Amino acid sequence: MSGGRPSSARPPSLLVTADGAVFAGEAAGAPAAVATGELVFNTAMSGYQEVITDPSYAGQVISFTSTHIGNYGTNAADDEAPVPHCRGVVVCDLADEPSNWRATEALEPFLVRHGVPAMTGVDTRRLARHVRQAGAVPCAFGTAPEAELRAAASTALGTDGLDLVSDVTAAHPSVHAGTGPGAASGLRIVAFDFGVKTTMVSLLTTLGTVTVVPAGTTAGEVMALEPDGVFLSNGPGDPAALPGPIGTVADLVGGVPVFGICLGHQILAAALGGTTYKLPFGHHGANHPVQRLESGVVEITSQNHNYAVAAGSIPDAETTHVNLNDGVIEGFRSLRAPAFSVQYHPEAAPGPHDARYLFAAFRDLMLAHPSSARAGAGTR
Amino acid sequence: MPRRDDLESILVIGSGPIVIGQACEFDYSGTQACRVLAEEGYRVILANSNPATIMTDPGTADRTYVEPLDPEVLTRIIEKERPDALLPTLGGQTALNLTMSLVELGVLDRFGVEVIGARPEAIATAEDRDQFKVAMESIGLEVPQSGFAHSLREAEEIAADIGFPIMVRPSFILGGKGTGIANDAAQFARLAAEGLAASPVGQILVERSIAGWKEFELEVMRDAADNCVVVCSIENVDPMGVHTGDSITVAPAQTLTDVEYQAMRDDAFACLRRVGVETGGSNVQFAVDPSTGRRVIIEMNPRVSRSSALASKATGFPIAKIAARLAVGYLLNEIPNDITKATPASFEPTIDYVVTKVPRWAFEKLPGADERLGTRMQSVGEVMAIGRTFCESLQKALRSLEQGRAGLNADAAEAALDALRDDELLARIEVATPDRVFEVETALRRGVDVDEVVARTGIDPWFVRQFERIASERTRLAAAATLEGADYRRAKRLGFSDAQLAYLRGTTEAAVRAERLAHGVRATFKTVDTCAAEFEAFTPYHYATYEEEDEVRRSDRARVVILGSGPNRIGQGIEFDYCCVHASMTLRDAGYETVMVNCNPETVSTDYDTSDRLYFEPLTAEDVANVLDAERAAGGTVAGVIVSLGGQTPLKLAGTLPPELVLGTSPASIDLAEDRERWNALCEELGIPQPPGGTATTTADALAVAGRVGYPVLLRPSYVLGGRAMEIVYDDDGVRRVMQSMTTGALAREGGVTAERPVLVDRFLEDAVEVDVDAVRDDAGEVLIAGVMEHVEEAGVHSGDSACALPPQTLEPAVVATLEQHTRALAASLAVRGLINVQYAVKDGQVYVLEANPRASRTVPFVAKATGVPLAMVASRVMVGQTLAELRGEGLLPADAVDRVRVLDHVSVKEAVLPFDRFPGVDTLLGPEMRSTGEVMGVDVTFGLAFAKSQMAAGTRLPDSGTVFLSLADRDKPAGLEVARAFSDLGFEIAATLGTAGYLRAAGLVVDTLVAKVGEEGVASDAVDLLAQGKVQLVVNTPRGLGPRADGRHIRTAAVAYKVPCLTTLAAARAAAAGMADARVHALEVRPLQDLHPVGSEPAT
Ligand SMILES: Nc1ncnc2c1ncn2[C@@H]1O[C@H](COP(=O)(O)OP(=O)(O)O)[C@@H](O)[C@H]1O
Ligand SMILES: Nc1ncnc2c1ncn2[C@@H]1O[C@H](COP(=O)(O)OP(=O)(O)O)[C@@H](O)[C@H]1O
Ligand SMILES: [Mg+2]
Ligand SMILES: [Mg+2]
Repeated sequence: MSGGRPSSARPPSLLVTADGAVFAGEAAGAPAAVATGELVFNTAMSGYQEVITDPSYAGQVISFTSTHIGNYGTNAADDEAPVPHCRGVVVCDLADEPSNWRATEALEPFLVRHGVPAMTGVDTRRLARHVRQAGAVPCAFGTAPEAELRAAASTALGTDGLDLVSDVTAAHPSVHAGTGPGAASGLRIVAFDFGVKTTMVSLLTTLGTVTVVPAGTTAGEVMALEPDGVFLSNGPGDPAALPGPIGTVADLVGGVPVFGICLGHQILAAALGGTTYKLPFGHHGANHPVQRLESGVVEITSQNHNYAVAAGSIPDAETTHVNLNDGVIEGFRSLRAPAFSVQYHPEAAPGPHDARYLFAAFRDLMLAHPSSARAGAGTR
Repeated sequence: MPRRDDLESILVIGSGPIVIGQACEFDYSGTQACRVLAEEGYRVILANSNPATIMTDPGTADRTYVEPLDPEVLTRIIEKERPDALLPTLGGQTALNLTMSLVELGVLDRFGVEVIGARPEAIATAEDRDQFKVAMESIGLEVPQSGFAHSLREAEEIAADIGFPIMVRPSFILGGKGTGIANDAAQFARLAAEGLAASPVGQILVERSIAGWKEFELEVMRDAADNCVVVCSIENVDPMGVHTGDSITVAPAQTLTDVEYQAMRDDAFACLRRVGVETGGSNVQFAVDPSTGRRVIIEMNPRVSRSSALASKATGFPIAKIAARLAVGYLLNEIPNDITKATPASFEPTIDYVVTKVPRWAFEKLPGADERLGTRMQSVGEVMAIGRTFCESLQKALRSLEQGRAGLNADAAEAALDALRDDELLARIEVATPDRVFEVETALRRGVDVDEVVARTGIDPWFVRQFERIASERTRLAAAATLEGADYRRAKRLGFSDAQLAYLRGTTEAAVRAERLAHGVRATFKTVDTCAAEFEAFTPYHYATYEEEDEVRRSDRARVVILGSGPNRIGQGIEFDYCCVHASMTLRDAGYETVMVNCNPETVSTDYDTSDRLYFEPLTAEDVANVLDAERAAGGTVAGVIVSLGGQTPLKLAGTLPPELVLGTSPASIDLAEDRERWNALCEELGIPQPPGGTATTTADALAVAGRVGYPVLLRPSYVLGGRAMEIVYDDDGVRRVMQSMTTGALAREGGVTAERPVLVDRFLEDAVEVDVDAVRDDAGEVLIAGVMEHVEEAGVHSGDSACALPPQTLEPAVVATLEQHTRALAASLAVRGLINVQYAVKDGQVYVLEANPRASRTVPFVAKATGVPLAMVASRVMVGQTLAELRGEGLLPADAVDRVRVLDHVSVKEAVLPFDRFPGVDTLLGPEMRSTGEVMGVDVTFGLAFAKSQMAAGTRLPDSGTVFLSLADRDKPAGLEVARAFSDLGFEIAATLGTAGYLRAAGLVVDTLVAKVGEEGVASDAVDLLAQGKVQLVVNTPRGLGPRADGRHIRTAAVAYKVPCLTTLAAARAAAAGMADARVHALEVRPLQDLHPVGSEPAT
C-alpha cells in the first residue's frame, strides 16, 4: 500500500520550530523542501476540509490533534473558500483513500492540487503540548536537511503585525441572491471579505441579498450599496495591522447595523476604541464552551483565533459572551450603536450549530434599526 | 442552578446481577453516583442485590440494601427509609423498569418520592418503541418503517406491508432479547412468536430491516438549563444488524464528514429534548445509509448505559458522576472537569487517539448455542484498548481478550483459518461471528480485494483498509531479511505485539523485545485528558503507544502495581474487579501509591480516580513489562505487583514478572496447588483425604483408573479452568467418548492430552455436600477463617453455579472444625500470604478436599458482605507484609472477626444467575462446567427466607400457591418424596411424570396431574403444553439417573421459555420449600448491611 502512516514510500520529513523543537514524520501533500508558517494546532475531530480551506489560517501551518485525517476525503460542497490559504498541514495519520458517499477526491491529491505541503506520521500530541507551552511559534518543515529547516524556522515570520487580509480578500465584489426566507425579505447585506468563509455567506443569504466586498472597500462605497446591515467576516492575522478596515468600520458604525465574527469582531472592537492582544496559542477547535451571559446558556462553539479583545477596553459596550475555559471575551454589543460581534464561529463549518441563532439576531437588529443608507428606511 | 436543598435523602437503584447486556458498567456508574451524592451531603439509600459490587460496600451509601430488586421489596425499603427522591438512571434497564413499576403501583406518589434524572413520562417515551416512533416523527426525524403487533396475525399483516427483510423487536426488553431479522415468512413467524413471548407486555415492533447500514452512537448529556453536549461519538465496525453490544466499536466516529456529524448531533439533541430527559446522560443510536447518507434514528436510552461507561473511559469524561450532579440541580458549567481542573464540564471532549472496544463471548461454554451474531446481544464482556491509530488500538484490544490471540492473526491460532479454502473463507465472512475480523484479515492477506470484503461484510471500506494495512505490514515483516529500527517502529505503531513479531520471525518474544529495545523502539505513555493536550492534565490516566514523548509523571513514593482481571467472562467476573479495587483503596490508605493495569472499560478499577495511576493496557506479559519499565523510570520504588486478586488473568502473568516483585503467596506455591502430582503428595502428607483418582494420557489408562476408583468418575483436562470440559461419566463407554473428545477437535487444539497435561480422572462423589472456605493467612502464620459456605446444590454442580449459605446450615460442628483445620494446614504448608480458597466435598460425614486456590476467589465479596469483614482489604495489607494482629490494632479487621460467623443473627445465601434465556437451544441443567454470569445475595433471619430472597433476586420468584411439577431421576425419588410432601403440605397441587407419579402415589401422596414424557402419547397431559398454558408454577426436574443427563431437556427448555421457575436439584427444591414455609410465618423484611454489621465493621471507603 502507498500512503497512510507510516509508509516506506514517503520521503522522510522534519518539522522544526523557531524555538528548536524537532518533529519527525514523512512528507505528504505538495512536495516542499522547506515550507514555513506559524504553527497552530486544531483539536476538532471532524471537519479537516473546512479547516484547511478556512482563509483565517493564512500564514499558518495547521497540526491536527485528531489521529486519522482524510478518512472521508473531500468534496466541493465543504470548501470554505475556493482555495486553501494555509501554509501547511501536519497530521498523525493521513488516509489513503476516502470512504464516504460525498467524497469526490482524496485529501492528499486535494492538497497537491492546491500546492499545500503536508507531513504525516507526526507525534501531533507532543506537538500540541509543545505549542501549548511555547505558544504559537513560527516553524519550518519539509524534506530539507534539519540545519536548513532550523535556519528557515528561525527567520520564519509569525503573524504579529502582518496584514494577511490583503492576501486572501476577494479582488472584486460579488452578489449572492437571498435564499429561503432571505429570498423575499428585501434585506440587503454588505459583507466585508477579510477572508470570509463560504458558510457565512450562505447563512447570510438566508437573511437577504448579500454583496461580498473586498476588504479595502470604503465606507462611502458600502453606503452607496444601500445596505440594511454590514457584516464583518473572519480573516487571518493580527487585527492591529488593519488600520484601513478599522477606520472604515468606525465610519459605518451607528449608521447601519453591524455584525462581526472573529477578525470582524476584533475590527469592530478596535473601531469602537477597544484594544486587542495575542493569546499564547489561541483557540482552535470545535468544543469550546461559551456562555451567553444574557441567559446563562452554554454554547459549544467552533473557534479559530489567536488574537482577542481586551476585557473592558471598549467604551460603551457590554460583554455578551465569555469563554468558560479561560474567561476570554467571546462577544460584545455596543451600547451606543446597533452593532455586535462574536469572537467564535456561529456559522460552525466545522463545528456545532449551537450559535446559529446569532444570524437571526442580526436580522432582528437590521429590522429594528433601519439603516440610514436605505431610501424609504423605516417604512418596511 | 446550585445543589437542590429541598432534597435530603435519595434512593439509588442498582442493576442487580451481572447478566448479558447488563454487566459491571452499572457498578461503575452506580458507585460514582453514590459517592457524588454522599459528597454533596445527601443521605444515600442504595438497593442492589449484587454483593460483588463496590457500590454495595457499606461505605458507599448510608443505607445499603442487598435485597431483591422487586417492586414489593422496594416498596418496603421506601416505606422504611422515606427517601425524598429516587434516581433511576444509573442502574440500567433494571432500575428504569423497576421505577416504572413503582410509579404504576402508586408507591412513589403514596410516599411522596420524586423521580429525578428522568421523569417517568420521558422513560415511557424512550422505552416504548411505539411512543418513541411517534415522538421522533413529530420532530421530523426519520425512523425505519414499522408497525406494532400484539398477535401473530397482526404481525403478519404489517409484514406484508413492509416487505422482507424484516426485523422483529419485542417492547421493553434489554440487550435485544427476542430480536431478530427474518428474510422470509417462515422465519418471520418463528421470530414474531418468540418476540411476543419475550416482551413483558406482549408487544413487538415489526420493522423494515436496514441491516448493512452504518451504525453510530452518540453519548449525550443535558442539564436543567437545556445545555447539551456530546461526550463521545462511537462508530460500529460491524454494521446494522449486529447489536452494538456485540459489535467492534470505535471512538471517535471515523467516517462521517463534519456536515453529517453535526446534523446527527442536532438530531440527538432534538431527540433528547423531545423525549424530555431533563438531566443526565443518554445514548442515541443512528443508522446511516452508506450510499446516500440517509440517516434514521434507531433508539435512545434515557439513562447511563454500557456505552456511556465506554464513552467515559474513552474520553476521561465521567458521565455517571456528572449525571448524578445534574440530577440534584447543578448545571454542566457549574461542575469542574476533574482532569484539567481549570475548565468546566460544559464542553465536548476531544480525543487525540483511537479507542476500540471488542466484545468477548462465551460460546465455548454453551454447547448448542448458535455463534452467529445478530440483533440480540450475546457477549458476556468486553475489552477496550487505546492506541494512537485504529490499527494499534484494534490489535491491542484483540490481545486483551485473552483468547489466545496475540493481535489480528500472526499467531499460532491462525492456523485454523489458514486451513480454509478461499471459497470457504469468503462464505464465512458474510456471517458475523466472533471470528469474522480474523477471517477478514486472512482473506485480505490472500489478496481478496477491499471492495469484495466490503460487499460481503458491509464493513465500511475505511475499516477494511485498516485491516489491509495490518495484513500487508505483516507480509512485509515476515518477508524482511532483518528488521531495522524503522521496521519495528512501523510495526509497533500498527499495534503488532512482540508475540506476533516472534511468530512471524520464528523467534522468541524475549528476543524480539531485546532487539527492538536495542533499536531504541520502546513504548511511550500518553495521557487521556479530554482535551487533546489543549490544557494541562492532572489525572495520570495513561496508555502506551510508540511515539516521541513520555508523559508519566515522576514520583518518589513507593508504589504497588495491581494487575486487574481483564474482560468479564463466565468464571471470572466483577468479583475480581471488586478485589482489585479494594486493594487499591486500602493500600492508598496505607500510604502507597497504587497503579492499576486493566483493559475492561466496564469496571470501577478503570475509573481514573480509583488508583493513583491508571494504565489502560492489555494484560499480557509485554504490556505489563512496559508498564513496569515506565514505573521504574518514574522514580521512587516499585514495592511490588499484586497478581492474586484479579483471577486467573494476572496469575498467569506471575511467571513473567521478576519474582521479587510478586506480592503475596509465591508463584511457586500457586503452581504447587495446580500441579496434580505435587498437590496429591501434599494432601497425603497432611492426611487430608481426596476423592480417589489418578491421571491418564490414553483411553486405556483412563479406563484403568476408572476401574480402580469405581464409577461414576469425573474427567477433565488438567489445563483448563472454570470447570471447562469437565464431564461426569457413569460407564466405560462414557470414558471412551470423553477421552476421544479431549484428544480431537477444539479441546485438542487448546492443548491436547500429553504427559504434562494429562486427563484427570476422579471418583465422582455423588450426593456429597460441597463447601467453600475462604481464609487469609499472614506472615506470622495466623490464619483467619473468613467464611465457610455450604452449597445448596450437591458436589458436581460447579461451585460458581450453585447457591450457597453462610453460615453453613446442615454441617455438624465437628465437620466444620475439620474443614477449618484442613484449611489452616493447607494454608500453612503452601506458605500462603494473603487469601486462600479451599473447596471440599462432604459425604457421609467424611471431608474430602477437591481443590485449593491460594488467591482471591469468587466468593470474597459475598463473604465480606455476609460477615462484615473487609476480606480483600485485609488480604491486600497482609500481602504487603502487615500481620492480622496489626490490622486488628488498626481497626481494619474487626476484633471479633474470628468468632463473628458463629454469632451472626442472619443467614446469607448467594445464588448464581444463568444466561439461558439468551441461548434458546442450550440445556439448563447445572453441571461441573460453570455457566453463570453473575450472582445475587439474599439475607434474612432463616435459611429458607434468605434462599427465597435469593431466588427472587435471581429473577425466579418462587410461587406461593399453584402446581408443582416434579420429574425426578430414579435415584432422587426417595428424597423427592419428602420434598413433594412438603409442597403438598404447603397446599400446592402436585403434577408428575408417570414414573415419578407412580413412586409418589405408592408412598400415599396425591398426584393431581399425570404428565407424559416425550414419546408417551395419549396417556396424560403434555409437559410443554402445561407450561405453555400457565398451569404449572414451579418445576422440579432432576436428571434421569445414569443415562445421558439430557432427558428432561425439553421440560427445562420450555420452563425457560415460559418463565416458570425450574429447579434442577432436589437440594434446591428442598430449600425452596423451606423458604415458602418460612414466608408463611414471617412478613417480608428488609435490612440494610449497616444494621447487619453495626459499628464500622467494614471501614468507610
Ligand atoms: N431496522 C433495523 N434493521 C436492521 N438492524 C437493526 C434495526 N434496528 C436495530 N437493528 C440492530 O439491532 C440492534 C439492537 O437494536 P436496538 O434498538 O439498539 O435495541 P437494544 O435495546 O437491544 O439496544 C442494533 O444495535 C442494530 O444493530
Ligand atoms: N470428585 C468430585 N466429586 C464430586 N464433585 C466434584 C468432584 N471434583 C469436582 N467436583 C465438582 O466440580 C466442580 C468444579 O471442580 P473444581 O475442581 O472446583 O474446578 P474449577 O477449578 O473449575 O473450579 C466443583 O465445584 C465440584 O462441584
Ligand atoms: Mg441499542
Ligand atoms: Mg472450583
